Amino acid sequence: MSVPMIEIHDLTAGYKDSPVLRDINLTVSEGEFTGILGPNGSGKTTLIRALSGVLPVVSGMIRIAGHDIRGLSPKVRARHCATVAQKNPGLSGVRALSLVLMGRYPHVSFLGGYSDQDHQRAQEAMKETNSLHLRQRGAGTLSGGELQRVITAKALAQDTRLLLLDEAASNLDVARTLDLYELLRARNASNLTVLTVAHDLNLAALYCRRLVFLKNGSVAADGPTDEIFTSQILSEIYETPLAVAAHPLTGAPQAYLVPRA
Amino acid sequence: MAAAVAFSVYAALFFGSYPLPAEAIHQAIAAMLQGQAESQELVIVRDIRLGRILLSFLTGAALAVSGGVFQGLLRNPLADPFTLGISSGAACGAALSLGLGWTLAGFSTLPLAALGGAFAAMALVLTMSRLAGDFSRESLVLGGIVVSTFLGAGIALIKSLNEESVAAIVFWIMGSFQGRGFEHVGLMLPYMLVGGTVVLLLARELDILGLGAEQAAQVGVSVGRARIGLLVGAGMLTAAAVSVSGIIGFVGLVVPHLVRMLIGPDSRPLLLFSALGGGILLLWSDVLARTILSHGAELPVGVVTALFGGPFFCLIMAKGRKA
Repeated sequence: MSVPMIEIHDLTAGYKDSPVLRDINLTVSEGEFTGILGPNGSGKTTLIRALSGVLPVVSGMIRIAGHDIRGLSPKVRARHCATVAQKNPGLSGVRALSLVLMGRYPHVSFLGGYSDQDHQRAQEAMKETNSLHLRQRGAGTLSGGELQRVITAKALAQDTRLLLLDEAASNLDVARTLDLYELLRARNASNLTVLTVAHDLNLAALYCRRLVFLKNGSVAADGPTDEIFTSQILSEIYETPLAVAAHPLTGAPQAYLVPRA
Repeated sequence: MAAAVAFSVYAALFFGSYPLPAEAIHQAIAAMLQGQAESQELVIVRDIRLGRILLSFLTGAALAVSGGVFQGLLRNPLADPFTLGISSGAACGAALSLGLGWTLAGFSTLPLAALGGAFAAMALVLTMSRLAGDFSRESLVLGGIVVSTFLGAGIALIKSLNEESVAAIVFWIMGSFQGRGFEHVGLMLPYMLVGGTVVLLLARELDILGLGAEQAAQVGVSVGRARIGLLVGAGMLTAAAVSVSGIIGFVGLVVPHLVRMLIGPDSRPLLLFSALGGGILLLWSDVLARTILSHGAELPVGVVTALFGGPFFCLIMAKGRKA
């Protein structure tokens, strides 16, 4: 068996004196498409931050592609794992292409500049996210959705085998949201491991083959979408009645809100 | 731009308190290039004028580059060595070294003392700002004002105890190149080269740090190391400039702003063009400072940069608000 892409053992992580995540155990194999779901404050963003190495591990262990994350330099870590953060950067004057090129940083040597190949990879990634026409625009002049596509291109340009996303679709309209998830599905089909935090239950159920529910900083449910996306589990986790029925076209389970009578 | 630098250096040779006809200057330049015998004109053009011109150019370049680094690193358009109090720290260290007559194995400790002062002031301002909040624009500049006012008084005190005249103190606090030349170029150049090299090598990291510490770390930047390297490099540039000229304001603030408006925010070209622009600006400010008063009297060059830089900066701010 090959080395899992992500291994989390008894992880406790969070902020000073108040761990947000407690005793997390999770293994993600290469090529999985996993959604992280859960109520507000359940620790989804904290999990992404811990996995991307910017939040120190308090106790327990995170391995990315077999390497203890604490032993990896930021540069090596960034060759394994790219992250699309929830918050957009505050850079306003920088051109979109320069922003995407930053994703090539882990592949550039200390003295060298961005090579032709780096430029090529950046432009390919922009083409994939349908943002190539924005390349000369200043980041400050882009709409929220346009900027999100540029940021996604930056993560793809990083050329990693693992992609972490934190609410990447939050600024996007319906069509752009589908564009993004179709892109993730296509990249996943060519063996990119995708781990995405999602707010939209139904979107996650349409695209993710595995779902992990967090609640109060622990894993509340974890399994194949078809098996755990049930009315009972959802209602328990979100503490509100939710009905589940099959999608009329794809058959994927979809959740429906139930008005409180 | 390079042509503008060459022209500026050449043209500035024609200005000075001792009147020399153009012919004599050209003869002196020819004599310099051919290594001919010493003459009075040659000494004036080379030792007095050229040395000072080069020194003012290098000082302006160092100040502008360090200003560009501080603005990018602290993500604060008001940051520069002067507003952050780092120039005052360097000047205070330099004044201490001069006042106490420190030497180290026969070498002048002036730039080293300036460096120590710059780092101490930097640490103080950053700590104050961190205690007051999260490196906000206001807390940084407030900290800078407090530190530079305090240290300015310290400089005046050191100089007074050392029985220097008030005029000399003013020239130190407002910055001046009076009586300075090649000797001082040699004094500051090593620090400037090291500091300049460090910040240029870290220019890409400086760009990416604009994403914020967390996202910069996610694309692979060693945030702590890059920040320290950039602070040390910019501090060395400030110390190099201040140790030979005193405190000169506005060059580090205005020049990177102007260059950013012209060529955009990518750090490497921004820093390079800021160096050239800052050099030219300070070179001509110094020409003005030494020729504007009659009878051979001089203005502190910091007076010139502040008189031009202040209103100019207001213009930039007003324009930036509209855009």
